[in-house]
Amino acid sequence: MNTIANVLLKDDEKAIFRLRGLFRQYGYRHYKMSKFEEYDLYVRNKSFLLSDHVITFTDTDGKLMALKPDVTLSIVKNRRESATGIDKVFYNENVYRVSRGGDSFREIMQVGAECIGDIDTYCLCEVLLLAAKSLREISEDFVLDVSHMGILSDVLDLLGLSDTGRAALLSCIGEKNLHGAREICRREVVPEEKQALAELLITTYGEPSRVLPILREKLPADVCAASLDQLEQVLAALPGEIPPGSVRIDFSVIHDMQYYNGLVFKGFVKGIPTGILSGGQYDRLMQRMGKNAGAIGFAVYLDLLEELVTPRAEYDADVILLYTEQEAPAQVAAAVRKLSADGKSVRAQRTLEAGQTCRELWRLQGEEAERLEANA
Amino acid sequence: MKQMLNVALPKGRLGEKVYEMFEKAGFPCPDIRENNRKLIFENPSVGVRYFWVKPSDVAIYVERGAADIGVAGKDILLEYEPDVYELLDLRVGVCRMAVAAKEGFRDDGQRTLKVATKFARIAKTYYAAKGRDIDIIHLNGSIEIAPILGLSDVIVDIVETGTTLKENRLAVVESILPISARLIANKSGFKFKSECIEAIVQSLAMQTEERV
Repeated sequence: MNTIANVLLKDDEKAIFRLRGLFRQYGYRHYKMSKFEEYDLYVRNKSFLLSDHVITFTDTDGKLMALKPDVTLSIVKNRRESATGIDKVFYNENVYRVSRGGDSFREIMQVGAECIGDIDTYCLCEVLLLAAKSLREISEDFVLDVSHMGILSDVLDLLGLSDTGRAALLSCIGEKNLHGAREICRREVVPEEKQALAELLITTYGEPSRVLPILREKLPADVCAASLDQLEQVLAALPGEIPPGSVRIDFSVIHDMQYYNGLVFKGFVKGIPTGILSGGQYDRLMQRMGKNAGAIGFAVYLDLLEELVTPRAEYDADVILLYTEQEAPAQVAAAVRKLSADGKSVRAQRTLEAGQTCRELWRLQGEEAERLEANA
Repeated sequence: MKQMLNVALPKGRLGEKVYEMFEKAGFPCPDIRENNRKLIFENPSVGVRYFWVKPSDVAIYVERGAADIGVAGKDILLEYEPDVYELLDLRVGVCRMAVAAKEGFRDDGQRTLKVATKFARIAKTYYAAKGRDIDIIHLNGSIEIAPILGLSDVIVDIVETGTTLKENRLAVVESILPISARLIANKSGFKFKSECIEAIVQSLAMQTEERV
């Protein structure tokens, strides 16, 4: 159906409408905030940001302010320390940052949901489900990769690596770089059976029904049991709600351990070369900001929808209506009204400009409009 | 219709060698052996499309999703840090990243070291780990003449056989790291074409093992 939304809204605008509806359905309230934030907030949490470049300016009272490069930090900052219970909020805000690989600032539309407070396993399930459903709103062809920082951290602790070795191995797991991981383990003289655990995290990925039993069998139960139980419980709540095969376990999803502690995830849509959704449980960020609460949330980067190949507009307008100074404005307005009655776009102008295209070219003479040619 | 896998190969000898490995892995594209100026070749029957790109651009094609997989040197991956999966060390195009200087050069550590290089990030990381103060001079080619003309104290560059260094009366002072060609994959492409990519990785891995 050619609703106004279908015809006039761009892909990202349609996605915002659908996602807002989805979040409201689960009782999330809209969180509206100002475009500015004190720069100090970002200085203290620089590595939480996707890019450490921030647009700053001095406010009238001399305070150094920033155009928001991120929304989560502001939501966390604004939660009262005495707050109890759970805040479930969603937002759609423009953020300003340098995109990865880019060299200039961009205004990026971001939509996201956050669940903050005394969160339990159901909250984790709900946010993961919302992430999967958000991706499905964008495309049926999506993959949501789920990982667990607890499992990654437990395994890394077991290996007894140096700080640099630990960081390098984590980055190899993120790159699915098996040869690199082996080289680090060899350099740091990690025993074979422990190296096998690191390799397991790189080589074992896919549908939970296949991967979970392997993890159960091969990960040391005394160390990873709690995280593995949580991962299993959360994933068990998903089937039936989302297409089979769309949610996968993949430990290459790695977020900064200074902020994230539990479930982390990343969403991909066919045709978009990078992850369009990113999220996880960030209790450690809450602690760093002095909040006695847990939190989980995610953001969808709607600017990436531009990457989906959609057909370019063939014409500037369905109809171009040419008129002269002889025609009264009321006559032009009446002709535009008549030609646009069946939903066509009509552009009225006095001359056809070079390079302009339209499905139909019309000329107005007095009250009569005459069709000159098609596909002009 | 079979889903096409887009493969970015580095132009030149290394690319040709790597193509042979893909051919052996069951992804031939006979047209590629024709001697012409075409840059894109496809074989719909096996679902593969190859394209030749500048070696330093392979990672960009893969990161941005124009190619699902590609072959790039470890030097390029370290220098540009593209957000891609590094699936396999192909053990071809083997060389090393090294610091070289005029024969007899000695760094007394008492003044800022002037380093000429194409690989600014690698050089910075290397010297930062040593706590050495350096001044990077970014050059795009003929790096070897920088110390000869007094533009820099040392260079950080790729050394294959060492012949170019020798002919310019330079010598390796320190080795930074070994370099070889790596199979990389676009993270999103990997999710949606994983079976095909995994099959290629497996076959290429067997070929590299056989060579050892």
